[in-house]
Amino acid sequence: MSPVPISYCREHGMLKYAIRRILISIPILLAVVTLIFFLVRSMPGGPAVAVLGDYASKETIEALEKEMGLDIPIWQQYLVFLRGLLSGDLGKSLINGMPIAPQVARVLPYTLELTLSSAIFGILFGIPLGVFTALRRNRMFDYVGRTLSLAGISLPSFFLGILMMLVFSVKLDLFPVVGGGDIRDPIDSLHHLFLPGLTLGLMMTAYITRTTRSSILNVLREDYVRTARAKGMRERIVIYGHTLRNALLPVVSLIGVYAIVLIGSSVLVEIVFSRPGLGKMMVGAIGRRDYMTLQSVMVVYAGLVVIINLLTDLSYGLIDPRIRYD
Amino acid sequence: MNAHSKLWRTFKNNKTAVVGAVMALIVLLTAVCAFVIAPYDPLEQDVFHRLTPPERSHLLGTDEYGRDVLSRVIWGTQISLTVGFFSVLLGMVLGTTMGVAAGYSGGLTDSIIMRVVDVLLSFPTLITGILIAAILGSGLVKLIITIGIVFAPRFARMAYGPTLAVKEMEYVSSAKVIGAGSLRIITRHILPNIFGEIMVAGTLWMGTAIMAEASLSFLGLGVSPPTPTWGNMIKSGIDVLASAPWLSLFPGASILITVLAFNMIGDGLRDIADPKLRA
Repeated sequence: MSPVPISYCREHGMLKYAIRRILISIPILLAVVTLIFFLVRSMPGGPAVAVLGDYASKETIEALEKEMGLDIPIWQQYLVFLRGLLSGDLGKSLINGMPIAPQVARVLPYTLELTLSSAIFGILFGIPLGVFTALRRNRMFDYVGRTLSLAGISLPSFFLGILMMLVFSVKLDLFPVVGGGDIRDPIDSLHHLFLPGLTLGLMMTAYITRTTRSSILNVLREDYVRTARAKGMRERIVIYGHTLRNALLPVVSLIGVYAIVLIGSSVLVEIVFSRPGLGKMMVGAIGRRDYMTLQSVMVVYAGLVVIINLLTDLSYGLIDPRIRYD
Repeated sequence: MNAHSKLWRTFKNNKTAVVGAVMALIVLLTAVCAFVIAPYDPLEQDVFHRLTPPERSHLLGTDEYGRDVLSRVIWGTQISLTVGFFSVLLGMVLGTTMGVAAGYSGGLTDSIIMRVVDVLLSFPTLITGILIAAILGSGLVKLIITIGIVFAPRFARMAYGPTLAVKEMEYVSSAKVIGAGSLRIITRHILPNIFGEIMVAGTLWMGTAIMAEASLSFLGLGVSPPTPTWGNMIKSGIDVLASAPWLSLFPGASILITVLAFNMIGDGLRDIADPKLRA
């Protein structure tokens, strides 16, 4: 027996791993932020032309560029941008001159509550559905479940949102058609969240059902499952004790991937339901050619993606005791 | 030949794949024969029949300019399949080149290419697509380039692993010994070995590419009106959803059928590739 409790080793190993993993995320985030900065600057026309229009005089454009800090060399602009990011300053909107960080802070909770609620919905329904379809393989329940989940991943989220809106808002008049509600009022917020959350939640359920099903089917073929059955163990214990936990590891890693797909799809759902959020802010910024806002929203998305990947990696250790972080 | 006919028999026995293939074939035929089967010119306006519900003369109704929705859905098939096919092809060419170059050359080139690929892959496809579409602008060719660029890292990842494996094979070493150059080794030995897998992935991602096209067009970043695409038809229908739901419903159903067809083929091919999972 080890003189130090295993739980102690695991916790400390995990802490070390978490720190190492966070340190690795920094250069990745820096690379993405750099890519976004230069991509946004490669847009046709440039920000000053975007604000003033194609027919503005050269002097007016130069004056505005100076005001925006665009007259200095691009690497200096890049350093200013990075310095701003480190202090939480995302710059100012090109259209109304308002600081962007408070606007992001205002809409971010809406995007987070949407993606988080649909991820939870997907996990709560997807995993049991996946388990049941796998256990009733090639029976009616399995066929229906498989067909529905295949349709679920083939349906664009914006179209599913429109169907929801048509049935629950237009025909049944149960939920508001547009808007995000007052985030400080939980009832109003939930009322507005229900349809967009259900839309993305159903999509997530389809993905998770499929992954769980095939993962369970893979594990059911393992020798240790056959041994457990041969020993005369009750089927319940074979499924919940031996199969489920082992089958969940690939599911958790893919939930991370699907969460990123979810963030992408949230853009479309926010547009369909006219719901405040990062996606609506981004599409609005493109329409108004507000490059600074576009760049800031992209940076926030990059941050979210890095955090999701980090959490996914760290969660492995919680469900798989075989994983050691040393 | 024997292996081929065995594979074909397995494919034929897989109901999901066959139904998917038949659906995809019908969609393809609709696109090819659009000029024959579309009852009206998709751009022809008829101010006297605006927002007509589905009826005998307009089976799927008309839109806010009196244009026939059925004809627009049929012509939209052409745009969707064109974008789907060429963007996947572009992504395949770009990505395979990147993956093979990284895997074959190794060292610093490998590290740089594959790190960029990993970073791009970790980002939501749609958000990357939106950023690139915003930079390039709208239009059919630009949309194909946008989706092609978004798909390239997927193909690069896919080509990279097998390239590393094939590079170490004895026949590649033998080719090097007899003085074959890198280009010859890549075209004669590496590409033929990884081609099959990449083609299958290309078929699977057709559905995703079509969905990406519809999403970008829905956001106004794809093909602009009046050219009919399923995405921009849904977008213009959303304002009159309560009074004229058919404007959004039929193009949406077309996307569902088409993407479902490719996903069914994909599921079938996966079952065939992994006999353990065969239903």
